[in-house]
Amino acid sequence: MKATRDAYGEALVQLGERKDIVVLDADLSKSTKTATFAKVFPERFFNMGIAEANMMDTAAGLALSGKVPFASTFAVFAAGRAFDQVRNTICYPGLNVKIAATHAGITVGEDGGSHQAIEDISLMRTLPNMTVIVPADAIEAEQAVKKAAEINGPVYIRLGRSGVPVVHPEDYDFRIGKGNLLADGTDVTIVATGIMVAEALEAKKILEQEGISAAVVNIATIKPIDKELLVSMAGKTGAMVTAEEHSIIGGLGSAVAEVLSEEYPVPLKRVGVKDVFGRSGKPKELLEYYGLTAKNIAIAAKEVLSKKRG
Amino acid sequence: MVEKDLALEDKAKVLRKHIVKMIGEAGSGHPGGSLSVIDIVTALYFEVMKVNPDDPKWPDRDRFILSKGHAAPALYAALAEKGFFPVEDLLGLRQVDSHLQGHPDLKKTPGVEVSTGSLGHGLAVANGMALAGKLDKSTYRVYVVLGDGELQEGSVWEAAMASAHYKLDNLVAILDYNGLQIDGPVEEVMDLGDVGLKWQAFGWHVISIDGHDFEQILNAFKEAETIKDRPTMIVAHTVKGKGVSFMEHGVEWHGTAPNEDQVKKALDELA
Ligand SMILES: Cc1ncc(C[n+]2csc(CCOP(=O)(O)OP(=O)(O)O)c2C)c(N)n1
Ligand SMILES: [Mg+2]
Repeated sequence: MKATRDAYGEALVQLGERKDIVVLDADLSKSTKTATFAKVFPERFFNMGIAEANMMDTAAGLALSGKVPFASTFAVFAAGRAFDQVRNTICYPGLNVKIAATHAGITVGEDGGSHQAIEDISLMRTLPNMTVIVPADAIEAEQAVKKAAEINGPVYIRLGRSGVPVVHPEDYDFRIGKGNLLADGTDVTIVATGIMVAEALEAKKILEQEGISAAVVNIATIKPIDKELLVSMAGKTGAMVTAEEHSIIGGLGSAVAEVLSEEYPVPLKRVGVKDVFGRSGKPKELLEYYGLTAKNIAIAAKEVLSKKRG
Repeated sequence: MVEKDLALEDKAKVLRKHIVKMIGEAGSGHPGGSLSVIDIVTALYFEVMKVNPDDPKWPDRDRFILSKGHAAPALYAALAEKGFFPVEDLLGLRQVDSHLQGHPDLKKTPGVEVSTGSLGHGLAVANGMALAGKLDKSTYRVYVVLGDGELQEGSVWEAAMASAHYKLDNLVAILDYNGLQIDGPVEEVMDLGDVGLKWQAFGWHVISIDGHDFEQILNAFKEAETIKDRPTMIVAHTVKGKGVSFMEHGVEWHGTAPNEDQVKKALDELA
């Protein structure tokens, strides 16, 4: 178990060997894990104070001057508080700013609904030029951070607070825009992102016991989404379930629905937060409270199977 | 002048104990900023403000907004002791089945006026309430507490300009000037410069006090009532973690819960 934000902090320090990498934070460097970079490369770390909007525009200025800025804060503030800065100053001109947002989703836990971003994927993926990545584990997070630094343009990387199991092998090769078939199956495809990938793999086991063969796909890049893989899995299994730690409006579920409805319509069921805000509680309790468990995915899979046409 | 108020000091002690116990029980939360602001909150709820626990939405009530919402335990302790909900509820803080959220939620908790937690919103909301009070010719007053780190949000200064522009003399802001934020001393993270001068320059009447001295706190609120055509900012010099020796001035106690032993030690000190 390791949190994706921890992997981010470590990857940043490795990236720091590149002199054009600069890091910004908004008084959350211990939580976002940029503090390690700040220690090793103090001259290239800028704490902007509690001023997220200011941080994003400053990152834009740094990018316009040849730097590769990584700007970090909690997802709710990165995508929400600073939305206009991200939209108009970073994405409109397609500036090379990397936004690494931690504490996404309801597994923020006890801080409660005000701090749990359940809409950031939606907000970020609607912006032209933006790449949106949601790593499933620490291995994928580390690679995503490094790959983000290699491409030119804005990238939003969604990271979590709590530890998540490792679902990828050490030699896993993450590629931006490519989904990953983690387990094959014939009856239904579970498409998951972020921390829900591990739950999806558990759901596959539950379904197996009931004689249902489920494929599991990790979609780490929500945008640009891997249409080819989605369409081929829709063709192969004829039914799909999406699973995300995000609102069912505008996130992975919506992105998959957009692809399927235009390219290859099959019955689809979305597992996610059902158009409500979060609340305080322990991360695990909240996953149950909002129906984001392997069991919920398995139930959704059976529901979608019943809608599958001959 | 207001004389030293022993009843308020005793009350503040009771509230401090609640803060320590509830955060200890929750296993997470923000003791430092709750303890630095509690004397101000105590003075407001138990001396200054007109509120009615039996009728939380009474139209003429004074309004309190905790813009630095992470200090929710301070607000909850005051609301419970005031009778807005049972004191026993406090130990449910941050639990999945409790109405006491990690940050104040007006839809869940009786007496909470504004949902806060995202910093930099409270003052503008207070402006809206103060403007409505003027429109309705109501006598209620609006009190809003800001953190010093919170002042780094540009939205605070947009609001500060508006309060002065609209001559909101029914509005009082209190700065919990404890000198610390999460990443370290405010001065080091993002220096605020001369805070008093800044608010003055924005058109506010500014009073500077020791935020743990009830005489000074109450006098400041009295003075604010006499100021016409301008909002008042009370710069309250405070100590983060005040009242619990091992938490005082400790940046690490911003968002760390005390363990069982630490709770016991703190309660002994507050006895
Ligand atoms: C918009 C926003 N950005 C970041 C945070 C995370 N955060 C919570 S408390 C805090 C520090 C607050 O410092 P200060 O205002 O001085 O409060 P105090 O010292 O009184 O606890 C931060 C950065 C937040 N709640 N809201
Ligand atoms: Mg402070």
